[in-house]
Amino acid sequence: MGMQAFLDVFDIYLLEAVINGILLGGVLALLALGLNLIFGVIDVTWICYAELVMIGMYGMYFMVQYYGFSYFVAAPLTILLVAVLGAALHYLVIAPLLTAPPINQLLATGGVLFVLQSFATVAFGIDFRNLGIRLPVLALGDMNFSYARLLSFVAALVGMVAVYLFMTRTFTGTAIRAISQDRQIMALMGVDTKRIYLITSALGGALAGLAACLLVLQYDVHPFVGLSFGPITFLICVLGGLGNFIGGFIASFVFAEIISLGGLFSDLEWGYVLAFAFFIVMMFIRPAGLLTRRR
Amino acid sequence: MLELRGVNAGYGTFQALFDVNLDVKAGEAVGVIGPNGAGKTTLMRVISGLIRPSRGLIKMEGVDLVATPAHKIVSLGIAHVPENRRLFPQLTVDDNLKMGAFMKEARDHYAERLEVVFDLFPRLKERRHQMAGTMSGGEQQMCAIGRAMMSNPKLLLLDEPSAGLAPVVVQQVFELVKRIRASGLTVLIVEQNVQQVLKVVDRAYLIEAGTIRSSGTSAEMLASDTVKEAYLGV
Repeated sequence: MGMQAFLDVFDIYLLEAVINGILLGGVLALLALGLNLIFGVIDVTWICYAELVMIGMYGMYFMVQYYGFSYFVAAPLTILLVAVLGAALHYLVIAPLLTAPPINQLLATGGVLFVLQSFATVAFGIDFRNLGIRLPVLALGDMNFSYARLLSFVAALVGMVAVYLFMTRTFTGTAIRAISQDRQIMALMGVDTKRIYLITSALGGALAGLAACLLVLQYDVHPFVGLSFGPITFLICVLGGLGNFIGGFIASFVFAEIISLGGLFSDLEWGYVLAFAFFIVMMFIRPAGLLTRRR
Repeated sequence: MLELRGVNAGYGTFQALFDVNLDVKAGEAVGVIGPNGAGKTTLMRVISGLIRPSRGLIKMEGVDLVATPAHKIVSLGIAHVPENRRLFPQLTVDDNLKMGAFMKEARDHYAERLEVVFDLFPRLKERRHQMAGTMSGGEQQMCAIGRAMMSNPKLLLLDEPSAGLAPVVVQQVFELVKRIRASGLTVLIVEQNVQQVLKVVDRAYLIEAGTIRSSGTSAEMLASDTVKEAYLGV
């Protein structure tokens, strides 16, 4: 095999991996946005964030497979379901602990993680389940892209644009951005901070719900599926600077590319190993994150 | 319009206000003067509901403020410009003003109010897309007053509007207060700059160590020996 032929093949696979990385980055950015939103506004980390996604994936599974809803009917219902779950999480677990030390809040949401995992195990069993929807593959020359990933990427972008518009164009969205800058004077603006926290939690839940609708196209559901993308979401948020939306967005694509390109040279698992190793190195170089948080 | 009767207030075990009685009538401009730590800011905070009195009565046009949740007090027509302005530094001037019109009643008249505020402070219109935290102290004070004006208040609470500003800018701020008064708004203003504030208010209260020591018209206060000696340096 000549050198030229090797390069031709290599470039195609490299390009394919880069594009797949971008597609993966979109969904990771959606998850990171939800987590950052909660942290930025309420100053609490939802350790159980990926488990909300897991519940949403089960919601999709049951609505589509069990009740026979179409995907596009089940998706908005799932988003609504997880939004309500997010609001309930805030109301029942976070609100009573708002003034408690951060470690207590962390332990409480960590507890919710195990509760949700155990609940799913008992209620749904440990079988791997899927929607039974197999989307076709798009062939571009020698490159193959799954429609599931393309759809996920586009839907994730639409979701993020919707959040951006909400945050910049509406009074409530402006209050959500204002609240982390000066909590005490919000009452002088006529803002009920409790209500804003609840809305933000529902929004964070809705983003987890949207992610669930997209991930369920690519992954099987089981009670521990949250572990496949929960930790990576946390690394992304920490690398981007907790609460920094733009940092989280950039970090999502950095991680997605490392995973995708790392997977090109060996197995996908090695992509994750590289991503985690990169994170550890970055924590020594830039402990405050890629972009230091704007305060 | 506003009445305080026998108000005690403080932070935890520290009591900052003792048996405070104060009245503001519609259309008046009333000053509260006194040294640092006398309880002036606490007085403002207890009116707008940021802290709650441990005893006493506060009423706005007959409505009991003590029983009203803090975030609903602005709907009764009380807008508070807090000490040190407390803008949202990472939001634009526009977004800061938007926050001032957050409550339902103001939201419905957002465009009109924005025009009123921009008429009052043309500078803010020029700076509307700038981050509030990057403006000069005087511009930030305009923005803070503008934000309060967005709610179309009946009573404006101004807490040390001249603090931390250059002398020229202090003059401008007091000019502003005069203009706001002329527009028919009732004003309660807390100031350390006694000389200046007595020129713009009708009446004033002297507060020391959390207690109202004396009160009277601006002319009476200017003539009073206590005020002269302690605050005017004559």
